Amino acid sequence: MSNEILQLENVSRTYGEGATSVAALRSVNLTIHAGEFVAIMGPSGSGKSSLLTLAGGLDQATSGEIFVEGTPVGGLSINELARLRRRAVGYVFQDFNLVPTLTAAENVSLPRELDGTPARKARRQANDALRLVGIEELSDRFMDEMSGGQQQRVAIARAIVGNRRLILADEPTGALDSATGDGILEVLRRRAEAGAAVVMVTHEARHAGWADRVVFLKDGRIVDEAAAQQDPSVLLAGLGR
Amino acid sequence: MSIKHSLLALLQESPRYGYQLRGEFEERTGATWPLNIGQVYTTLDRLERDALVQKDGDDGEGHVVYSITDAGRAEVMGWFAAPVVASNPPRNELAIKLALALTLTDVDVSAVVQAQRTASMRLLQDYTRQRRTAASNAGVQLSGDPGAGDPKDAAWLLVLDSLIFSTEAEVRWLDHCEGWMAKRAASRTKVGPRSVAGLAEPPTARAAKVSKAVSE
Repeated sequence: MSNEILQLENVSRTYGEGATSVAALRSVNLTIHAGEFVAIMGPSGSGKSSLLTLAGGLDQATSGEIFVEGTPVGGLSINELARLRRRAVGYVFQDFNLVPTLTAAENVSLPRELDGTPARKARRQANDALRLVGIEELSDRFMDEMSGGQQQRVAIARAIVGNRRLILADEPTGALDSATGDGILEVLRRRAEAGAAVVMVTHEARHAGWADRVVFLKDGRIVDEAAAQQDPSVLLAGLGR
Repeated sequence: MSIKHSLLALLQESPRYGYQLRGEFEERTGATWPLNIGQVYTTLDRLERDALVQKDGDDGEGHVVYSITDAGRAEVMGWFAAPVVASNPPRNELAIKLALALTLTDVDVSAVVQAQRTASMRLLQDYTRQRRTAASNAGVQLSGDPGAGDPKDAAWLLVLDSLIFSTEAEVRWLDHCEGWMAKRAASRTKVGPRSVAGLAEPPTARAAKVSKAVSE
C-alpha cells in the first residue's frame, strides 16, 4: 500500500477573471507521506492558506488534481467530499473554532456523530483523542473553563478523532504563548510519529523547526524545501553530545 | 567566552581538578563550546598567579585539586552581577554578504536570501530535534512543565534554546530583508521606466562607502 496521504499535482488556483484575476497558487506539486510533519512557510499572500484550504477540500483548484489517500478530490460530489473530509481530514484553526456550549468531549465527538457513529462509540473515540493530546481529565469542561492552550488541544483532538490520517493546521500556535505553543507542536509531532501526515502553515521559523520538511512558498510557487538531517546524531556529535 | 569566570564559578561549588572542571563545564553547556585541557590548566595557572584560586593538595590519585579563594569568590560574584556587554557588533559574514550583494549589479539577492534561509531553517530543525530529545531525557512533560529534574539537564536545554532563538532571529531577519527588497522593487517599478527587474542597482556613494569599510 502506498503511504502517500496528500498529493498536489500541478495545482493552480486563480481568484477572479481577466485583468483583475489573482493567481494564489501556480502549478504546485507536493507529496506528503504518512508519518511526515511538513511546515509551509512564506510571506503574506504567498499562497500558504490557499494550499491548506485546497488540501482540506474547503476550496477547489482551478486546474491540476489533488489526491487525499489516493482519492482524486476534484471528481467528488459535495456529499462524497464532505464524507471524505469527515473520515480522513482534520483541520486545526488558529482561533480553535470550538462550540462554546459543548464540553471538550462533546466538541470532539461531534464530527463522529455527524458521520453516523453511535453516540457511545463517538464518546469513546473522543476520550481516546483527548488522552492522546494529554487532557483526558478535562473532557467534561466547557470552553470558558479552559485556557487557550487547552482549547487548542481540544481542537487538535477534534481533528484527529477517529484516527484521521491527514491533519491540516493553520497557524495553530498563533494565539498562544511560546511555552504553550511548544506543547501544541509536541502534540502535532507525536501525531506524525503515530503515522498521520501533518501539514502546518506558519510564519514562525522556530515553529517550522519542529517539522521534518519545510516548504517555502513565494508568489504561489514552491521555491525551496529544507529537510532535517536524516541522522540527528551527526549534529549531536558536532556538539559533543 | 570567559573560561576564567566559568572555572571560578565551578570551583565556587567545590574544589576540583582540571579534568573534572572540563567535564563539569561541558556537561552543563552541552559541550557546545568544547574546552581543551591545556586551556583549562593554563587558565588555572593564571588564576593561581592572581590569587583567585589555590592548590589544595592532591586527591590521592595524583590529581592536583584547586579551591577558590575569597578574592576568587568576589570575582565570580561580580561576574554574575554584571551584564554581558558586546562592545562591538561581532563580525557577521551574512550581513556583510547581503550588504555587498545589494550593491553589486550581477548578484541575485533573492537567491542569496533563499539559500541562506533554507540552510538556517535546516539548522533550526536539527536544533529543535535535539532539544526535543534532550527534553524527553530530562523528563519534561507534554504540557511543557519542566519538572524538577537535574539542573544540568535544564542548563543544556536552555543552551539549546539560545541556539534556537539566535537561528530564528537570523531567519526573521532574512524574511525582513526579503520583504523590504520586494517593497523597494515595487516602488522602483512605480517610479519610472529606468527601474529594472530584480533588485540590483548601481552602487550609491553610501553603499560604496559601506563596502569599502567592510573590506578594510
